[in-house]
Order: sequence, then structure tokens, then C-alpha cells
Amino acid sequence: MIARMIEGVPLRGLLLSGVLLATLLAAPFFINDYLLTILIIILYFAYTGQAWNIMMGFAGQLSLGHALYVGLGAYTAAALYVHYGVSPWIGIFAAIPVAMIAGAFIGFLAFRFSVAGVYFAILTIAFAEFARVGFDHFTWVGGSSGFFLPVANYTENDLWNLRGKPIMFYYLILALTVLAFFICNFLLRSRIGYFWLAIREDEEAARALGIDVFRYKMYAVVLSAGLTSLAGVFFAFFYNNLFPEQVFHIARSIELILAPIIGGVGTLFGPILGAFLLTGLSETMHAILHAFGVDIPGAKQVFYGICLLFVVLLMPDGVWPWVARKLGITEKRS
Amino acid sequence: MPAEIYLNVAVGGLLTGLVYGLMALGLSVIFGVIRVVNFAHGEMMTIAMYIAVALFSAFKLDPLVMLVPIAAVLFALGYVMQAGLINPFINRPEHSQFMLLVAVALIMVNGLLIIFGPDARNVQTSYSFDSFQIGPLIVDATKVYAGAAAITVAAALFAFFRFSYLGQAIRACADNYTGALVVGLDVKRLYALTFGLGAACVGAAGAILVLIIDVTPPLGPAYTLLAFVIVITGGLGSMPGALLGGILIGMTEAMAGLFFTPSAKSMFAFGILVVVLLFRPQGIMGRKAA
Repeated sequence: MIARMIEGVPLRGLLLSGVLLATLLAAPFFINDYLLTILIIILYFAYTGQAWNIMMGFAGQLSLGHALYVGLGAYTAAALYVHYGVSPWIGIFAAIPVAMIAGAFIGFLAFRFSVAGVYFAILTIAFAEFARVGFDHFTWVGGSSGFFLPVANYTENDLWNLRGKPIMFYYLILALTVLAFFICNFLLRSRIGYFWLAIREDEEAARALGIDVFRYKMYAVVLSAGLTSLAGVFFAFFYNNLFPEQVFHIARSIELILAPIIGGVGTLFGPILGAFLLTGLSETMHAILHAFGVDIPGAKQVFYGICLLFVVLLMPDGVWPWVARKLGITEKRS
Repeated sequence: MPAEIYLNVAVGGLLTGLVYGLMALGLSVIFGVIRVVNFAHGEMMTIAMYIAVALFSAFKLDPLVMLVPIAAVLFALGYVMQAGLINPFINRPEHSQFMLLVAVALIMVNGLLIIFGPDARNVQTSYSFDSFQIGPLIVDATKVYAGAAAITVAAALFAFFRFSYLGQAIRACADNYTGALVVGLDVKRLYALTFGLGAACVGAAGAILVLIIDVTPPLGPAYTLLAFVIVITGGLGSMPGALLGGILIGMTEAMAGLFFTPSAKSMFAFGILVVVLLFRPQGIMGRKAA
């Protein structure tokens, strides 16, 4: 299996990936908590971007409501922990199925009635918005006034209950990101991955070749939803507070898809590179503005907008294919 | 509750729905001709609303009087957007166009946040608290003016597309892109004109809507979604459908606010959307999807 994953990857690419991973593993020993938090955010977006990419990048189904799966994962695990003291490691066995069922439901409705393209995207937004308003009135998890996990000043890390210092969360999200990378790599080189690419390129032709389009689109949605819900669990235990207005908001869904789009839709390194670029640049800008004593709400989003505009206008395939060419490690364009 | 309350709320919802319909009409015109979904629609409306608020607080100019100038400003904005940004994207994949407009929307909404701040702004006209009484029916004067203005603008747009040479040329582009090119129509320019007209619609709707609701920057994305809901419900690309959808959603929201809680009203709008997408994806008045 491992042999198949590295098949066709130039040696230089493998070496560079190894260096990157080693750097990320060693990073916490050299940087302060502020930078560590930024790295956590970057990896969070890299992970969610990877999960979203399965749907859009591989199977060609544009979802603009992925905040739904983040939110469902977050609320499920957090509610189990707060109300029943269930560890998040057990909680994920509830969170993942909940998100998968939601994904399957949306996918079933949409693909059954061949709702596609823009209509599908709007349907996904509609469900996320539906959940947002619904959770606003769902008092068991705090409704619109928010849901809070107990916090204290932790001196040591309790990995079982995910209570602790940033460094624990850092290694956790790093592990998730690596895991998602390998899963996507594996999927892309498997039978199902080729079916997805066929569907993405031409659904009619794929159907004519005998691919069960409905079934493979469902796989994409369910897998993507399940992986995304893990990010939600992480989100809940890292930030310790959940507001429907925040978690399910369309702005979250958009934020989550920026990294893979800027990095390169359908590529494996795109979401990771995109997350580094986007969060890295916006934090740098924030720091510079802060140094001059200006704090403008909304400036970060305007910056996101401008980045997105430039990438869409100038590099429609994303930044990663260009970087890969420069590094001489061209990833097989999928 | 006495029956008059239901009637009052229904009429209020109907009049607000007409304004929603005008907003959605802009989106529908743009999609029907250019086949691009304007993801910055609500944001463009908030721009119009802020222009109206700024004009009112600076010069005491009534938004209804300023309706035409505001629509003209938005027309220019739309024309420039289409000519400069979107025209090169006409033959790009759908998600690429989508992202372009998401980027524009992000910049607009947060640009407004930087300029005007997060506080809600409104317009207090001399007739803010007037109302008309017809039998048992009591209707806010503001909503009556708003509904009338929305109908007037929509009628002008219908007439333009039906009778003017340019309107007919634009409809020709919508019907047959290649055919329009063959007979020598400047399709790119007509597209820019169409986007401008759609933007003018939403500009007029914004100038009217500012009389009814307070404006904040986050209203933009919310109204983009609402415009989608309306247009898909009514039938994407159908002009009467957009107005009908607007009325339907306006009345649903008003009724949901009365029977349940006002904060849950958008759930009902989305509920209608889901039902329509599933059972009649082309919308109430839409033609069978091409």
C-alpha cells in the first residue's frame, strides 16, 4: 500500500515532504505560544481543506455548507462531554456518524433528484443555515447564548479528555492533517478515486462507462462530512465555546474552502500550502497593523477577498501547481 | 388573536415581499441572460442601502426620491463589474465564477464594515409612523410606498425588456448566444448592460428596503441567500417568478414571525427552498432545466 502511495513521486518530492514533516514536528520546541497557536490554525484549515477537497476537488461537487459538518461534530462531542462526561475519543464515534448521516441525507436528496452545480451549492448553504437557526433555538446545547466547555488553567495535559495546553492540540491537529493527507493520497490512487475524477470531468461519460454515479457521489459526500466533523470536535475542545452564529455561519464555510482553492483544487498539497499562505499572510498583516496601533475589524476579510480575487484571476489552478513546477516535483495533475 | 391581525400581517408581508421580489428580479435577470450567479447580490444591496442612509443623514434626502440616482450608481457599478471582471469568466467553470463573486462579496461586506462600522443604521422619515386604515385593515404607510415603488420599478423593467430595442437584443443573447453573435450583436457590451440593469434593480430595492429595515454590513450575505431562495423558488431566470417568489417568501416570513418566533423565520424560507429544489427544481414559474 505504501509502495503504491509513493509510486511516481520524484525522490526530491519525498525528501521535501520529509523535511516539512520534520520541521513541523520540531517546531513547538523553537517557537512561542502565539506562533504555535497560529500553526494550529493553519493546520486546522489544512485539515478541513483536505476534507472538503474530497468532495469538490476529487468528485467535483461544490459544497458551500461545510460549516454544517464542523458544527455537528463540535456540538455532538461537546454535548456528550459536558452533559455526560464522555471523553472526546469516545465522542467522535457519535460525532462522525451524525455528520455522515447529515451528509448522506443532503447527498441523497440532491443526487436522487439530480440537483447539481449551483443548485447543489445553494442547497448545502441552505442546510447549514437551517442548522444555524435550529441550533439558535436548541436550548439543550445553550441555544443562541452559546455552549461552553469547562476551562481551567491547566498545568498538565489530559489527553483523554483533551484538556490542556496548546502543544497537545498542536500535535493532535498535526496528526489529523497527516492522516487526512494519507487518506486522500490513498483514495486518489485507488479505484474509487479514479471513479470520482471521471465523474468530476464528465458525469454523463462516467455513467456511460458503467460507473454508479449516484453511489460514488454519496461516498464522496459521506467521507468528506465524516472527516470534517473531526475538525469540529477539535474546534470545540480547542476553543471551548460554541455559538451557532459563529460555528454554522456561511462565513465559516467560505473560510474553510479558501485554503484548497488558493492552494489548488484537487491537489494533495494545495490545501496545506493554501492554509500556510492565507493564514500566514493575514497574521503577518495583522501583526504589522497592530504594530502601527491600528485595529480595523474586517481588514482581515478584505485581505482574504483580495487574495482570493488574485488567485482566481491569475492562477485559476491554484498556487500549488505553480510551486510544484518551480520545485521540480510536479504532482500528477488530477 | 383576532382575525384582523392575520390579515394585517399578511398584507405587511405581501408589501415587503414585493421589495424582496424586486431584489430577486435583479438576480434573476443577471442569471437568465449571463448564466452567472451573482454571489455578491445582497452585498450590492447593502451598498445601495448605505448610500441611501448617507444621503439621508447628510442632506435629508428621502430614499424614495433618491431611488433613481442610487439605482444609477449601482448600474454603473454593475456595468464596470461585468465589463472588467466577469466577462473574461464567461466560459470558465461554474465554481470559478462562483469564487470570483465570493471574493467580490467578501471585499464589499468588509469594506462597508470598515467604512461604516458594525452599528445598525436607519432612516427616520416624516411618515415613519403613519399608517393607512382601510376597514379593519391597518397598514404602515412606509410599506405601502415601498410596495408601490417596487411595483413601479419592476414594471419599468418589464416594459424595457418587452418593447425597447436594447431589451429585445438582450433577450436575444439570453435565448441564443451564438445566434446573437452571428447577427452582429455586441454580446459582451449587452452582458455588461444586463449586469448593470440587475444591479440597478437591487439598488432600487435597497433604497426602498432601507425604509423598512435597519442596515448592518452582515445583512449582505443574509440577503444574498434570501435572493437565492426567492429566485430558485420562483424559477431561476423567470422574471414573474422572481416577483411571485418574493411575495411568497415575504408572506411566509411574516406568518412565521407571527406564529412562531421572528428569529426562526429564515428557517421557513429555507424549508420552502428545500421542498422546491426537491420536487420542482426548475422553480414555480421556471421552464424545464436546460
